[in-house]
Amino acid sequence: MVDFTFNAKEQEIIKEIRREGLVLRKYARYYDEHEEELPPDEFPEAKEFAHIDKMAADRGPDATGPTAFYMCMLMHRTWGDMMRMKVPVTALGNASVTAAGTDEQKQRWARTRLSMANTEPGCGSDSKAIETTAELDGDEWVLNGEKIFVTTGIRAEGSVVWATIDKSAGRGGIKAFVVMKGTPGFELVKKEKKMGIRSSDTAAFVLKNCRVPMENLLGMDPTVKKGGGGFKGLMKTFNLTRPGVAAMGIGNIMACQEFVAEEMAKEGVQVDYEVGQHRRTAVQQKMIELEAELEAATLCTLRAAWLADKGKPNNLEASVSKQKGGDISRRGAQLALEILGAMGSSQDYLVEKWFRDARITDIYEGTGEIQRLVIARELLNYTSRDLT
Amino acid sequence: MISFELTKEQMLIQKTAKEFASGELKEIARDCDEHDEIPEKLLDKAWEMGLANAAVPEAYGGIGMQRSAVTSALICEELGYGCASLAAAIMAPSTFIQPLVDFGTEQQKKRYLPAYGQDKFVPAAAALHEPHFTFDVTDMHTTARQEGDAWVLNGAKRLVAFGQTARHFLVLAKCGGQAGLAHVGAFIVPRDATGLTVESVPEKTMGLKPVPKAKLSLANVVVPEADRLGEARGIDGRRLINTLRVANSALCVGLAKAVLDASVPYAKQRVAFGEPIAKRQAIAFKLSEMHSEIEAMRWLVWKAASQLDQDGDATRATTLAHHYASRNCVLIADNGIQIFGGHGYIRDLPLEMWMRNARTLTVLEGIVAA
Repeated sequence: MVDFTFNAKEQEIIKEIRREGLVLRKYARYYDEHEEELPPDEFPEAKEFAHIDKMAADRGPDATGPTAFYMCMLMHRTWGDMMRMKVPVTALGNASVTAAGTDEQKQRWARTRLSMANTEPGCGSDSKAIETTAELDGDEWVLNGEKIFVTTGIRAEGSVVWATIDKSAGRGGIKAFVVMKGTPGFELVKKEKKMGIRSSDTAAFVLKNCRVPMENLLGMDPTVKKGGGGFKGLMKTFNLTRPGVAAMGIGNIMACQEFVAEEMAKEGVQVDYEVGQHRRTAVQQKMIELEAELEAATLCTLRAAWLADKGKPNNLEASVSKQKGGDISRRGAQLALEILGAMGSSQDYLVEKWFRDARITDIYEGTGEIQRLVIARELLNYTSRDLT
Repeated sequence: MISFELTKEQMLIQKTAKEFASGELKEIARDCDEHDEIPEKLLDKAWEMGLANAAVPEAYGGIGMQRSAVTSALICEELGYGCASLAAAIMAPSTFIQPLVDFGTEQQKKRYLPAYGQDKFVPAAAALHEPHFTFDVTDMHTTARQEGDAWVLNGAKRLVAFGQTARHFLVLAKCGGQAGLAHVGAFIVPRDATGLTVESVPEKTMGLKPVPKAKLSLANVVVPEADRLGEARGIDGRRLINTLRVANSALCVGLAKAVLDASVPYAKQRVAFGEPIAKRQAIAFKLSEMHSEIEAMRWLVWKAASQLDQDGDATRATTLAHHYASRNCVLIADNGIQIFGGHGYIRDLPLEMWMRNARTLTVLEGIVAA
């Protein structure tokens, strides 16, 4: 049966997450203004809160599927802030290990926080164009190249570096290597300064004749694959994360929308859902638009996650959710500021920060344009060669 | 529990409606649009299948299917995919039947529903719209004034589906002079009621052309309390209007999907500057966005419909769905024309008809009910 409600336990969890979120908001401005500082792995208030992941493990009868509920938790977590009360042990690089590593490798790095180093100064979404090279020398790989926009690059103990072992082989030559901090030749160039999500550390690295042992090659297969072996692993990483990134952007805009509704109500502007558009002011109409767009993106994300829970393919839906999540992160934040007027941009409130934070959603994890390409290829039954 | 899972029964009904729409509606849609006519056989067939009238309880000669706004939304989407005009005509009596099932007293159901449980199409509809540009359902100009144990109705109604032939109208009016959906009353008015005038010339519209639409005027029409829907307890005006808005939005989803499903093969086959236009991002991205919006529209409609089924106040969800589905339906129909270029504007192909239908459909509060 079609249902869009959460059971009592789930509602309890959401409440707890939001209670936690309100604490994080107290720190949000500080870490926005002190980008050079890393928020702690665990905030002192953490012990005042229930262990949410443990709560979420048992949600009783009629529970929402785990992926769909995870997306919902992500939305509400980000509603508080991008920061986490407790930073998880794993990061995006670990998702690559899960997608492309051998069982032994999965075990070895299960509790090692690994960032993902994929983007380069000359390539982003077009990841098959990476220029970082890996050459086999005896039983060691020698890595050379530049990596930028590495999320959690400062905090992580190591990084999953994507490099080509044979440039002429295109995607088939792309492999992933785990490179630990302190490895000679793996140098931090700088911590990036950003428009938003400043509490999230973003690093740039250079690899100069950086040597890693054979067993750090994810999947342990040094042969060049036709049709892109390692590359497929990389893409699978994104398959797992697109709805998640959408969910975070949605959480951000949820915060904007609730702020708008509460503050406008205090000043006497409320949406009447009954009346037709003739009875609404332009501002009230914008408030409706913001809510409807937010709902649309939320439902598309839950849909992609629900399919995953059902074990059904969701490549198309994952891109739809990311596209809609990206759209609402831009349009929703813009609408919020349009509605709020001049005070919306005041740093007395967090809404201007959410505006800056949300803007990344349509860029990382595949830009909105890349999502549109993925969707169009599925609709048209085109390959990536047919439609670029 | 978040779930997009349809019940087995719903999947079966969806499949039946889909087959009916592709088999019976698509082919004759243009012809009906050109001639402002709907074959009676089609209406009878749809009626026999119970698409609009399945909720009439068995006790009154109907199919007695459990009332479900989600199920109605599925039917509306599938029929709307075939042809929004014909779908609106087929489903129009639901605006009379569903409120009667939802709010009628036992006496009222017993009196009126058996006529709608038969297997031949019975024209009926709600009279909602009014002849002024600032029409708002929360503040209608048609009024109902209580006098003793009767109500006196005054006002004018427009775009009343099957007005020329309906036996009964469900006239919606503002009761007691107060605005808001809580003060909307519904009155069962027989077509021969004193003071009710139905204009014989049908009202012509840009879209949904073949749906016969009438102008009604009510001058001191006296309705006994027994024919006020729900009698003393009245109706839930919010719920009634929500069922109309949700069903209308579901038609929008179907119409938009038809546009996309025609645009994809056309864009692959139409060559410009040496390759199919689908290989240009300008076109491909449009198709992607059309697809994503249709998905979003559908889930918004489902959410509102499921809230109606769970007997909660679905007003917010309904308004969001109605706003979103209406706006995107028109945008998608418009993009469809653009992808087809000149061919989209020529009446040989359905694109221009879909655009007209989308525009008319989305300015109506409701011509069908979920």
